[in-house]
Amino acid sequence: MRLTDYEQSLLAGEAGPLRQWAMDHQVKVGRYLGAKDLVPVVQAHIMADTESLGKAGVEWLENWAKLPPEQRRVKIPTITDPRGTDFAAAERMKQQPWMLDLERRAIKAFEAMSVLMTNTCINYQTIMPPVKGEHAAYGDTGVVIYTNSVCGARSNFEGGPSALSAGLTGRTPRYGFHLDERRLATLRINMSWTPRELNEWGALGGVVGRLAGDYWQVPVIAGLDRIPGSDEMKHFGAALASFGSVALFHMAGITPEAERLEDVLPKGKAIREHAVGEQDVRALQKRYINEVDSVDLVVFSAPQLSIVELQQLADLLDGRQAKIPLLAVTSPQVKPDADRMGLTARIEAAGGSVLEGMCFYQSYAREMAEANNWKKLATNSAKLTNIIGGYGYKPALLSMEACVRTACAGGRIAQ
Amino acid sequence: MSNKIFYATAGMGKKLQGEALVAKDGFSARYDLDRIKGVFSRPEHKLAGQSYNGRILILDAAKGGVATAWMLYEMAARRIVPAALVLNAVNPIMVQGAALADVTLISGFDIDITQAIPNGAQVEINPEDRPYIRML
Repeated sequence: MRLTDYEQSLLAGEAGPLRQWAMDHQVKVGRYLGAKDLVPVVQAHIMADTESLGKAGVEWLENWAKLPPEQRRVKIPTITDPRGTDFAAAERMKQQPWMLDLERRAIKAFEAMSVLMTNTCINYQTIMPPVKGEHAAYGDTGVVIYTNSVCGARSNFEGGPSALSAGLTGRTPRYGFHLDERRLATLRINMSWTPRELNEWGALGGVVGRLAGDYWQVPVIAGLDRIPGSDEMKHFGAALASFGSVALFHMAGITPEAERLEDVLPKGKAIREHAVGEQDVRALQKRYINEVDSVDLVVFSAPQLSIVELQQLADLLDGRQAKIPLLAVTSPQVKPDADRMGLTARIEAAGGSVLEGMCFYQSYAREMAEANNWKKLATNSAKLTNIIGGYGYKPALLSMEACVRTACAGGRIAQ
Repeated sequence: MSNKIFYATAGMGKKLQGEALVAKDGFSARYDLDRIKGVFSRPEHKLAGQSYNGRILILDAAKGGVATAWMLYEMAARRIVPAALVLNAVNPIMVQGAALADVTLISGFDIDITQAIPNGAQVEINPEDRPYIRML
């Protein structure tokens, strides 16, 4: 890899051991993935809940946080993905003191590095969406796919260590979706139907993700009969990234790099095509519903809910009462708005809980299941259905309205 | 079949030998594993219920989210971790995680590596220079 004089000096340790580690990490990753150099980035976004970090990861952060301020502070705006708890709700969720202790230690270490604890996976809706063409180092696959596809920014999946490295050096290896040639479509999805509900957009993301198959595939979706809104794009992208490890999609005539379908098709080269319709989306949803006839809780999370989704949920719950736990997870930026506008009060009056700054599956989901005797859950998030099985839950994928009716029917699945 | 060698396009980590655990399926530490018990836990995974500790995992593609980048380090610290990862296709997360945790990783073959190596085979991984996996 070609390194500038500045990058060479970091690698030589002239700015301290943390920046030296960061540059060394970036060179190792860049070499593996064929990067020829590094590209300056405008923001970094770190996924680092303590369920992932574990004790070893927290100690690793704490050791770096002891360095002098000029050696440990990030160089560019660096923000965080959801944490592993909402401290105000931890007791209700039956999270253990050791989990909260780890969280507090990780937060303290990040704050010492001047990381902004935004604790959100919807920063593109709430913090500062990137501008088309900007290079960034985002963690959280849902953030990466949304900002690549809907904003036209450029990022790879940056896991916690790599996003922290980017924050410390202001750069990231230039491979993958930083390159023009990697952003062209590799498969075309011809739609005969356009989803309506958020869970349907998520299920479509799941179908396309399975067809795509791996990180390096870029689907272009053609034939949609309307422009999906931000929350619809959010659920579609999050599920596509989750099921397929996909980081970029185009929608012909909709997303910024695909003003015309031809703009994202490789010149003189055919790409594989798939026809996808309503039956494919219903089949994916049915697979989850078939195994579950009742649930222990309802979860709206993954991604965190926007203020608009919280309003929809509050409207659906008005005049009803949830008879099983109903959790609605949002960001620390949206929660005060929801409080101020009375949405939190309406949801909680109906038996729900509005949680902030966490994500259900990133919050010790297995331990919460054991402590609360939760085995089956309903959600409108296709991403969550894909993930949560690994934590021992059986999920049902329903619309937001059906989730609410299920919660109010004591957990019996209502479709 | 013995001593057959398959070259990869990229590698990192240390040269080692061990027993292969093979499936035509994806890999994500968050989605697929019970990391405390050291077993595949996602019911749909083809290795569900099987221990990965100390095995050389040979799978199709890196899947899922970004958490694996931290999780491999945490798994390595507790010494309940695969000895190496061999994948047809990586995503950046797997590379970032292997780099932090110092777990051996090779990927990119001109054949489907999950079909070429039998489950339970003894293999050698060399991640340096011209990376390869060789059946012993």
